[in-house]
Amino acid sequence: MARLGTQRRVANMSATPEIISLSSVLPPGPAFLQGDEACAEGAIAAGCTFYAGYPITPASEIMEHICRRFAELPGRVFIQMEDEIASIGSCIGASWAGALAMTATSGPGFTLMLENLGYALITETPLVIVDVQRAGPSTGQATRPAQGDVMQARFGAHGDYELIALAPWSVQEMYSETIRAFSLAERFRVPVILLADEAVGHLRESLMIEPTVRVYRRRRLGGRPPFGDAEVPPMPAFGQGEKLLVTGSTHDAWGFRRTSSASAQATLVERLVRKVQAHEDEICRTVAYHCEEGPLDVLLIAYGFTARSALRAVAMARGRGRRVGLLRLATLWPFPSREVARHTAGARRVIVAEMNRGQVLREVQRIVPAAEGYQRTDGEIIEPDELLAVIEERERR
Amino acid sequence: MKPGSNASIRRLLRNEALPTPFCPGCGHGILLGAILRAIDESPWPLERYLFVSGIGCAGWIPSPHIAADTLHVTHGRALAFATGARLVNPELKVVVIGGDGDLASIGGNHLIHAARRNLEMTVICANNETYGMTGGQVTPTTPVGARTATTPQGNTERPFDLCRLVEAAGATYVARYSVWHTRLLIRSLRRALAHPGFAFIEVLSPCPTQAGRRNRQGSPADMLRALRTQCVPLTRARQMRPEELVGKMVIGELVGGE
Ligand SMILES: Cc1ncc(C[n+]2csc(CCOP(=O)(O)OP(=O)(O)O)c2C)c(N)n1
Repeated sequence: MARLGTQRRVANMSATPEIISLSSVLPPGPAFLQGDEACAEGAIAAGCTFYAGYPITPASEIMEHICRRFAELPGRVFIQMEDEIASIGSCIGASWAGALAMTATSGPGFTLMLENLGYALITETPLVIVDVQRAGPSTGQATRPAQGDVMQARFGAHGDYELIALAPWSVQEMYSETIRAFSLAERFRVPVILLADEAVGHLRESLMIEPTVRVYRRRRLGGRPPFGDAEVPPMPAFGQGEKLLVTGSTHDAWGFRRTSSASAQATLVERLVRKVQAHEDEICRTVAYHCEEGPLDVLLIAYGFTARSALRAVAMARGRGRRVGLLRLATLWPFPSREVARHTAGARRVIVAEMNRGQVLREVQRIVPAAEGYQRTDGEIIEPDELLAVIEERERR
Repeated sequence: MKPGSNASIRRLLRNEALPTPFCPGCGHGILLGAILRAIDESPWPLERYLFVSGIGCAGWIPSPHIAADTLHVTHGRALAFATGARLVNPELKVVVIGGDGDLASIGGNHLIHAARRNLEMTVICANNETYGMTGGQVTPTTPVGARTATTPQGNTERPFDLCRLVEAAGATYVARYSVWHTRLLIRSLRRALAHPGFAFIEVLSPCPTQAGRRNRQGSPADMLRALRTQCVPLTRARQMRPEELVGKMVIGELVGGE
């Protein structure tokens, strides 16, 4: 089995994005894991070589699993840092030194990471941040699930930018979407947030390990402007002799600080936004269930663990002869507007179910103003029975 | 070309980045010169070096001036970024440069933990006893009694002794010099660069614009001369009584010297 440790040393010196195939590190076939462990294994499979973190429920298992597994694998670095600010900071330093870096946390730690998330955005640093969401605000309820960080992920850092956030709904996706997170981070040179939740993180179920993993590889070509010219410029590493100028201040294509140039600021922000927006179709992943045949009476929209209950509720409602479907959002940012518009077009009612006070509902309402929400913010998951009742009650109205 | 000579160190600078943005009389330019001389005299080529700095006038000492890899990060976080880069590529000679506000106030937690880890890197604190870039507010190293933008009646909080702080936290090379003592400073920088662990040098660097004017410390030249009388070499300090050392700064290699 070809090990990642040796494969990653072959740097991509070409000018175009390139997809590589890696052999899986776990034996291919069925496995049985916890969501957090699957996330750690997904990172390992994608070629993550640097992990820094700080303990927090319900994400600590990711760090502990990585710590154990990295010790068995060549060329991987694990460190527990003094706080989450330092965790993401060291990940960014590691990424510029050529590593694929990841950190994992929950709401309180994610809040601390926002400062350097902004730094990763303006310096276009590939990086994966896992937020296993718990009930908040503040310390809230450490062991209870929530989906309250959707807007924090999108707008938590100051200034204008676009980033990518994925919402896994199963242990399988804690594995495969972590791999996709690394691939997207490298492809677009952007931090990618895996917005998991406590229920998915602590879930144990079986998953399938594919024999190969396909991911984008970073272009390390030198001699080109690392912050401009191309939509996604190449990113050489420290120590490559490129005399890199990396700064969180507004900079030109070569990284020179331009702190009072209106055009440098405008050009930079425009590219940071456009390089993600222009690829909505490539980045956004949605899965439609029972949406194909004819206009629906009710379309449920859900993501993360809530989508599991939603799918169950849809099955129950259909068993009673109701025309109900589910649109599951596996990507939350950039918001999959086109897919949402397409699937909501024929539906009589649209109901967004989520464990927050309507953070995705408001996004859906930009497309379907009459969309309704079903929400829980008591630290309990939304049950299929509740959603069935909502479907039927609203149908009667 | 003689290593460490003016002509030789010119090659280590990015011409496009000159002149530096430092105020006339600022000590940070002298410190930049000392760092370049130590590097020029070191056995490692500039391509091996990575300079990491935070926010503040001191954060601009390496970025964009030094023609090497530079990572100019968020305020106070340079040590965290440096830790990640160094762990991934142990071939890198990592040099962290920051102000007293950057490294000791907002970045204080990272400073003690980096010292505790004793990861190989050279950390240079350009201590001007104030937040120069934001207009001269009080920092954790401002002396008692000093007037700043936020202590108009004089500072009442006791300052950190940064060298003792990082020593207690586990740093294995600790020194203090000033930009007046350039020869000693360059020698110390060379030793810090060669040190196989966490090396910390506090460099007293006057800020005539924000601190000097408020405290009637005279011209930039007066401030430099004051450093000469204020600083006491370690060997002499050992012979002095505590009351004689009040208001003095002990300079020298305090931990791990020769
Ligand atoms: C998080 C954050 N807080 C505050 C600032 C504003 N700020 C910019 S420079 C600076 C002070 C730097 O002082 P110091 O580190 O002592 O360096 P000097 O400018 O004196 O060399 C501050 C507070 C900032 N950039 N980021």
